[in-house]
Amino acid sequence: MSNIDLNKIWNYTTAKESKDHILLKEKYDLFINGKFVKSKSRKYFNSVNPATDEIIAKISEANKEDINFAVKAANTAFKSWSKLKAKERAKYIFRIARMIQERAKEFAVIESMDGGKPIRESRDIDIPLAANHFFYYAGWADKLEYAFPNTSHEPIGVAGQIIPWNFPLLMAAWKIAPAIACGNTVVLKPAETTSLTALKLAEIIEESGLPKGVVNIVTGGGKTGSEIVNHPNIDKIAFTGSTKVGKLIKRSIAGTHKKLTLELGGKGANIIFEDAAIDQAVEGIINAIFFNQGHVCCAGSRLFVQESIFEIVVEKLKDRMSSLIIGDPLDKNTDIGAINSKEQLATIKKYINIGLEEGGEIYQKKCSISEKGNWFPPTLFLNVSQSHTIVQEEIFGPVLAIQTFRTIDEVIEKANNTPYGLSAGVWTEKGSKIFKLTKELNAGVVWANTYNKFDPTSPFGGVKESGIGREGGLHGLKAYLKFK
Amino acid sequence: MSFPNLLTVPKIDKTGVEERVNRFCKRSIKNSSKTHGLHLALSMIDLTTLDGKDTPENVKRMCYKANHLHDSLQGIPKVAAVCVYPTMVKYAKKELKGTKINVASVATGFPSGQSSLDVKLSDTKFAVNEGADEIDMVISRGKFLAGEYNFVYDEIASVKEVCGKAHLKVILETGELDTLDNVRKASEIAIYAGADFIKTSTGKINPASTMSVAYVMLNAIKDYYKQTGIKIGMKPAGGISSSKIALQYLVMLNETLGHEWMNKDLFRFGASSLANDILMQLQRQESGYYESIDYFSKD
Repeated sequence: MSNIDLNKIWNYTTAKESKDHILLKEKYDLFINGKFVKSKSRKYFNSVNPATDEIIAKISEANKEDINFAVKAANTAFKSWSKLKAKERAKYIFRIARMIQERAKEFAVIESMDGGKPIRESRDIDIPLAANHFFYYAGWADKLEYAFPNTSHEPIGVAGQIIPWNFPLLMAAWKIAPAIACGNTVVLKPAETTSLTALKLAEIIEESGLPKGVVNIVTGGGKTGSEIVNHPNIDKIAFTGSTKVGKLIKRSIAGTHKKLTLELGGKGANIIFEDAAIDQAVEGIINAIFFNQGHVCCAGSRLFVQESIFEIVVEKLKDRMSSLIIGDPLDKNTDIGAINSKEQLATIKKYINIGLEEGGEIYQKKCSISEKGNWFPPTLFLNVSQSHTIVQEEIFGPVLAIQTFRTIDEVIEKANNTPYGLSAGVWTEKGSKIFKLTKELNAGVVWANTYNKFDPTSPFGGVKESGIGREGGLHGLKAYLKFK
Repeated sequence: MSFPNLLTVPKIDKTGVEERVNRFCKRSIKNSSKTHGLHLALSMIDLTTLDGKDTPENVKRMCYKANHLHDSLQGIPKVAAVCVYPTMVKYAKKELKGTKINVASVATGFPSGQSSLDVKLSDTKFAVNEGADEIDMVISRGKFLAGEYNFVYDEIASVKEVCGKAHLKVILETGELDTLDNVRKASEIAIYAGADFIKTSTGKINPASTMSVAYVMLNAIKDYYKQTGIKIGMKPAGGISSSKIALQYLVMLNETLGHEWMNKDLFRFGASSLANDILMQLQRQESGYYESIDYFSKD
């Protein structure tokens, strides 16, 4: 077989996105009751650019008193916000959506600086989708009786929302937009390593004139999060993050009046049949696992290849990997950026070692990696089975475990043989096969001949240990209403 | 040469192809890589005139242009070839004597291909005898769509035989093939029947070349190379009117077939107005401002 060398490619000169247009403060305080306030703890932690190790800003750490203050503000605001005419609520949400669009470029650059994701993704996916979520739920605000006809419903109260670091602004939008559209108020905590775009969103919210206390944004780590979860005056917890923490949360609110939605980990099965459009399937597999450096809960991290096409698929995957560009997240030509944090990098490395110790065969893209920052090359693991740790556990990095299968029933059984159930992908040109698999795969979302597609109108969420409840679409509204 | 196994030809998912193509279009090509790309694109052009109203005179003018693209710009390459009708070959050949610019001739009843094999073969022989270095033939799309793949294959193979030393480019006329699956199938047939190049379009049918179609053809070339080690060339034609589009094609080529295909021996643009747009861009890269299009000769 002749090889094609895509490494010595016509080198694209750097095409760095400018940072001149962004405004970042040195220090960020908490956004409570409509303005930025200093935390009672007086403590700050650093927000670090994972591609350069530079400190970009200092972020306030909220303690118990701060959370009390935020919840109180949200409780007070709830009284009037929940009574406000729904079409008036909608106007505020539309305004926030438009302001995100107007400042999309600034948000995109900050998202990439703070989180390490390539600017192409933050510019084309994260930020536009975040604005779209606000638009979408603004539209529903005064139409809830049509969304749930013949029911009587009302807002729940104060929602405590804790979001992850992989899609910082987008997750904030997923959480805030439906909550306030339904008349709830919010205390939201962004992830410790990626607070900046949520705080920039707070600036927009301040500017938008949204009544004070409707959205409060508090920053900090796990401790701050547990203050929210355990606060007695919060009526609903919405959490996106690891299954481990999700279980803790569920335990700690058991027996309380709090409603709960959890969007947790996954180990998505991506299944390619011999009758698939092979080049497009390979492209889809690449995007399924390497999108956002694999920091995606629904990433297609387990690949199942039908035995008859195994060699060709692996060959084509390696070939496609060789043309991926890894590097500066702010370069418009970058395909794969930096790993979000040192901790996450250590986790990925830990799993790589386990994979090797358990006899997996590794293939990595050759690339020069800068000394500063957190980097990890796109990686394939061959020669692994359902019994291997790296097939069973979520790695949350650019690591794909590849297995083969012979029959449809075999692959359905293997795909479902995991405690998770968030996502799956099916690649075949045969329609009837798609219907069989979408029916029998036990996952919250199953994509056919595509992967990692998100839209505000489409519900998202997991089954089994991947979560409870749905976000997005009509389902996403349900989670923020009490039905009588 | 053997007939390809059409049962194993990969299927094509149009949406997936469009997504991939969209990614190529998002590459940002600036500064030195842009200059490099523009030079490359210029050197790959088959400067084309294929009109019923063509005369020896306008062909001569185009040939002069091919050899003197824009004399005030230093260090720019010449185009790869001129592309004309068979009756114009001898004039082009005379005009380009002593240059390294090839003369390509369309043949086989271009553009419709609706003539008998005898006519097609004599058309080709005539062009070759007139001195054509390259033959751009059209396939019988009607026969293809009717499922007569063997007929299409045999026709290409016969034309290849009479080409002699001339390189054979096989025009699939993808705008008439309807689906990307058909484009892939036709690519296989053309490659296996002996094409040196596969080419998208005549330029007489809308749509002419699109990135999606070209991407499917590049993949056919890639898979064939991986199996046989033989390199087939590619020529998108029609609709590539600006530097920006040409650079997007080059990005696609670069990331699909790699640097070994990044030259005029394996990649061509069939275009008439592209050259001037590239020249204008190159002028700007040098001077920092755009000159009026009227500074660039139109022949």
